Amino acid sequence: MTPNLNYINKISGEDISFRNKLIDIVKREFPLEKEEFLNNYNNRNYPLSSKNVHKLKSKINVFGLDDGYAIAAKFEEELKSNKHDSFSDFVIILDTIENYLKEI
Amino acid sequence: MLKCIIIDDEELARAIVEQFCSKLDHLEIVSKFSNALDALKYINDNPVDLVFLDIHMPELNGFDFINSIKKPPHIILTTSDQNFALNAFEYKCIVDYLVKPVNLPRFIKAVAKIEVPNAQSETKRGEETNELYVNIDRRLVKIHIPDIYLIEAKGDYINIKTETKNHIVHATMKNIESKLPTRLFLKVHRSFIINTKKIVDIEDNSVLIKKEVIPVSRSNRPELINRLNLLN
Repeated sequence: MTPNLNYINKISGEDISFRNKLIDIVKREFPLEKEEFLNNYNNRNYPLSSKNVHKLKSKINVFGLDDGYAIAAKFEEELKSNKHDSFSDFVIILDTIENYLKEI
Repeated sequence: MLKCIIIDDEELARAIVEQFCSKLDHLEIVSKFSNALDALKYINDNPVDLVFLDIHMPELNGFDFINSIKKPPHIILTTSDQNFALNAFEYKCIVDYLVKPVNLPRFIKAVAKIEVPNAQSETKRGEETNELYVNIDRRLVKIHIPDIYLIEAKGDYINIKTETKNHIVHATMKNIESKLPTRLFLKVHRSFIINTKKIVDIEDNSVLIKKEVIPVSRSNRPELINRLNLLN
């Protein structure tokens, strides 16, 4: 499960400044969204955590992580019923993206 | 030309939709919002033809937003959730449903479903005629549109200021705006519409029209700057 920039590259075409703009945005937005999710989860606010996961889900998609998206979708539903079996798997996805963002 | 707004709490999503809109000549982004409440205020005071709308947002979600508007414009939903697709088509105003991450061909296909107002219907907005008739004391008074330099909201009335005379008329800003040519007039604040040809200068958040300093709201400033023939 390795994140990639295929989607961002595809929609940017040869527009390098737009590509860089998108990368800058995601580098700024992603850690904040992750932090907000973890805060809500640690405070056992599962309904709000579910909304956070929903938002993160689209970022996971942007990085081409199809399996990750499926885990996020499952976890989002679990949280709505106060379940969290997929928590660890979901956090692995977030950490993977976070590390990737530090490299690019 | 379709006047569009983007409502999405994700900056990344707003940037992508904005970029896609820039590829199509008949779309004009007039404003972007990170929450639906601000967009609701904007849409009540400004003409909008098309809204790119996220569903999951804090405070007011996409469907709440649509339900809050008396006569919603065309809506294209943008969401990372496919589960709402069926709900979406219960609304006549929703023309399509884009699942994130959105790609350009699918975006173009969605926008193509909307009929673009033709040149003939544009003339309804005062493009063809230079005259505007207003009802004052049971008389229909003719105003030469290019002479108008400023329109100011005053409660239930508007003050139409021309080179020679001011006319106080019982009307809304939305109503008068729909009668004026967009190439000349621009709403720069919820209480002010200016004739852009009468601008003397612009400073930060205000514009000088004749001798009057008019505030420019943050959401309307980009459109004002877009209209200028800027040297640098």
